[in-house]
Amino acid sequence: MKWNLHGGGCGDSCCLRVQNLSVTIGNESILRDVNLHVHCGQLVAIIGPNGAGKSTFLKSILGQREYDGVIAFSTPGERERKPRIGYLPQSPAFDPGDPISVADLFACCKGRRPAFLGQTSALRTQILECLSMVHGEDLIDKRIGSLSGGQLQRVLLALALDPIPNILILDEPLSGVDMEGMEQLMEMLDEIRTTYDLSILMTTHDFAMLPRYANQVVLIDHEVRIQGTPEQVLRSEEFRQTFHLKGGAF
Amino acid sequence: MALWYAICDLLPFEMLNWTFMCNALLAVFLMGPLFGTLSTMIVSGRMSFFSDALGHSAFTGIAVGCICGFAAPTWAAVGFSVGFALLFSFVRSRSNQTADTLIGVFSSAAVALGIFLATYGGGSFARYNRYLIGDVLSVTPGELGMLAVVLLLVLVFWYLAGNKLTLTAIHPQLASSRGIRIGLLQTVFTAAVAVVVTLAISWVGLMILNSLLVLPAASARNISRNLRQYHLFSVLFALIAGILGLILSYEMGSSSGASISLILAGIFAVTFCFRKVRA
Repeated sequence: MKWNLHGGGCGDSCCLRVQNLSVTIGNESILRDVNLHVHCGQLVAIIGPNGAGKSTFLKSILGQREYDGVIAFSTPGERERKPRIGYLPQSPAFDPGDPISVADLFACCKGRRPAFLGQTSALRTQILECLSMVHGEDLIDKRIGSLSGGQLQRVLLALALDPIPNILILDEPLSGVDMEGMEQLMEMLDEIRTTYDLSILMTTHDFAMLPRYANQVVLIDHEVRIQGTPEQVLRSEEFRQTFHLKGGAF
Repeated sequence: MALWYAICDLLPFEMLNWTFMCNALLAVFLMGPLFGTLSTMIVSGRMSFFSDALGHSAFTGIAVGCICGFAAPTWAAVGFSVGFALLFSFVRSRSNQTADTLIGVFSSAAVALGIFLATYGGGSFARYNRYLIGDVLSVTPGELGMLAVVLLLVLVFWYLAGNKLTLTAIHPQLASSRGIRIGLLQTVFTAAVAVVVTLAISWVGLMILNSLLVLPAASARNISRNLRQYHLFSVLFALIAGILGLILSYEMGSSSGASISLILAGIFAVTFCFRKVRA
């Protein structure tokens, strides 16, 4: 796979361009002919039933899956280079008994200095700076196993934001998070998106959040069924078919 | 060694009048940090039964070495265990069976092969008994040197790859998303455990070897709040249990390996009672 650094055909504001993306695993076709443009500073939500290929789509963009088609990035105003992608994986389950603090987790990811020796004050200051982006400075000495779903997602979001990426990819960030945590997390994403003008691509099952926070919604069920503004997609016949008729609700 | 014996002479303990006790004490000082360190990752990576299976494969390796007439069956055993660990990793990555089932398959197959080879042609099993119980008092100065080299290699590996190992153990998906080659790292780690287990089998014994690989970190987890405490307590518990176990076995005339394991179990019980202290 090669990174195409200039998207082309979308002007300077296009941050991510996916063209004719198809993924086949074994004999099974997971994704067929997916097309998507994500502009800088946009939050794009990917929705679809379970097993529709949402996570596979994100993994293709991350370069963790073989695919056919084109995935191109352009980062306006910066020199040519591979885009920095921040990634928050799905359902991060940590063992509640693990004696690993939030600071340890950052130290493991950031530095060459072994985390089991403890952190220098300079590294601790850096970690606090990262955590401040998600208003989580008070979590630094908590064990990761003792964090609530929302707190854990904020910590992992802070990790994904270090260094500030060009595009942030979140796989089901709202699952396992209570209502209050969801509101907080979405507000935070909104703040980060506008402050750093980065594009966010996330999968979710929580449709109630979409009209308030998403710029664009894409309904995927092995192929793009419909894409547009949250209102357009949520009121569409395709949305109704995918989530109700197919599910046997009627 | 001369320096160590001089230090032993200065210490006011009657048991250190014996050279073999001085050797055993030094072995315990080397094994404490070795097992304490490996223990943290075995427990975090949920590999307790895997290390047990490695112990079984090491025994089979020794039986293979004896049959083939190697001068030092230990080296044949090291080769066999590393091969066993790599084969297990290979099958695990290509099978949809759970890890504990596969460990059961490999462990029982290894033991069966070991006993088959040991008793092949009507041979007596008795000569293998020392690998089942182990005896740290039998450690020789040459073996102590080897132990020191292994400890040094493990500490260097830990210094260079500790962060990646920790991340891989606690969240493989997060680790791979950050560009860590988790397959390679796990293979190197399991090979390292295979070498240590095999070398230690004649001193600690197959039947209780795993307690040294699991109990130090399991006890440390009860009272640790971060990685530094986790490593510190794990090494400390392995050292304390080693020294007290040696004294206990000297006073009571019991097996040194079993005495060390019992002290470790006692430490686990005490830390379990204090586990609520951590936040």
